Amino acid sequence: MATPNPGTGIRYAGRPRPTQSNFELYSWLFMRVSGVVLWILVLGHLLIMHVLNSVRDIDYAFVENRWANPLWRIWDWTMLILALIHGLNGVRLMSDDYLRKRKHRVIATILIYVAAFAFILIGSITILMFRSPTGM
Amino acid sequence: MYRGREGMWSWILHRVTGVAVLLFLFAHILDTMLLLYGPDVYNTVVGIYHNKFFLLMEVALVAAVIYHAVNGLRIIIIDVWPAATRHQRKLFWGAVAVIFAMLIPAAWQMLQPLFEA
Repeated sequence: MATPNPGTGIRYAGRPRPTQSNFELYSWLFMRVSGVVLWILVLGHLLIMHVLNSVRDIDYAFVENRWANPLWRIWDWTMLILALIHGLNGVRLMSDDYLRKRKHRVIATILIYVAAFAFILIGSITILMFRSPTGM
Repeated sequence: MYRGREGMWSWILHRVTGVAVLLFLFAHILDTMLLLYGPDVYNTVVGIYHNKFFLLMEVALVAAVIYHAVNGLRIIIIDVWPAATRHQRKLFWGAVAVIFAMLIPAAWQMLQPLFEA
């Protein structure tokens, strides 16, 4: 394998930037960029829902009130999309590591794409279609 | 020596916490979908999360997210600044310190219902 970090004299430093295909390069870059964005979105979400509020306060009225502000829907929808793709792409990288037979990797990849499609659809419908019955 | 050292354990934990958080995300997307079925259905199902048993699951989930976030940032730092490899052990223990600094106050706050009664 080529030296991962040419010119630095360092042979091992993190995962080398993939050079075989643009797809794997974009995948590598996506994990890092989405990771930084999710840092704010997910840790902010946990801080608001679990520390500043309590899970015991969260019910239908809580969400109704929260989603009355479209900015929270944009926050939640961005988090949904990035977290799902980040997580399922991670599973794809793991299946490439652990599944030895090509057939198994193909099946796993198909399942990953189906799961991505299904959960993005369900989550998006929920966030975008929710209408408060009391008109909030 | 790589095997059995900080590098291997942080890598394995990154994968385990990533999968655990993704599995919870699937469940969370499904429970949130129940909002579309009205207050009775939604409140009944999320009422399960109000059980005291779930406090421990909640702390475990938050711990997994915090670990994955802080360790992920450590990975990015090494990627964009390869010279950090020379300080990788310090970087690892620094990440451990940050994880506990974030987790302990959060867990303290989340576990309050246990102390109340």
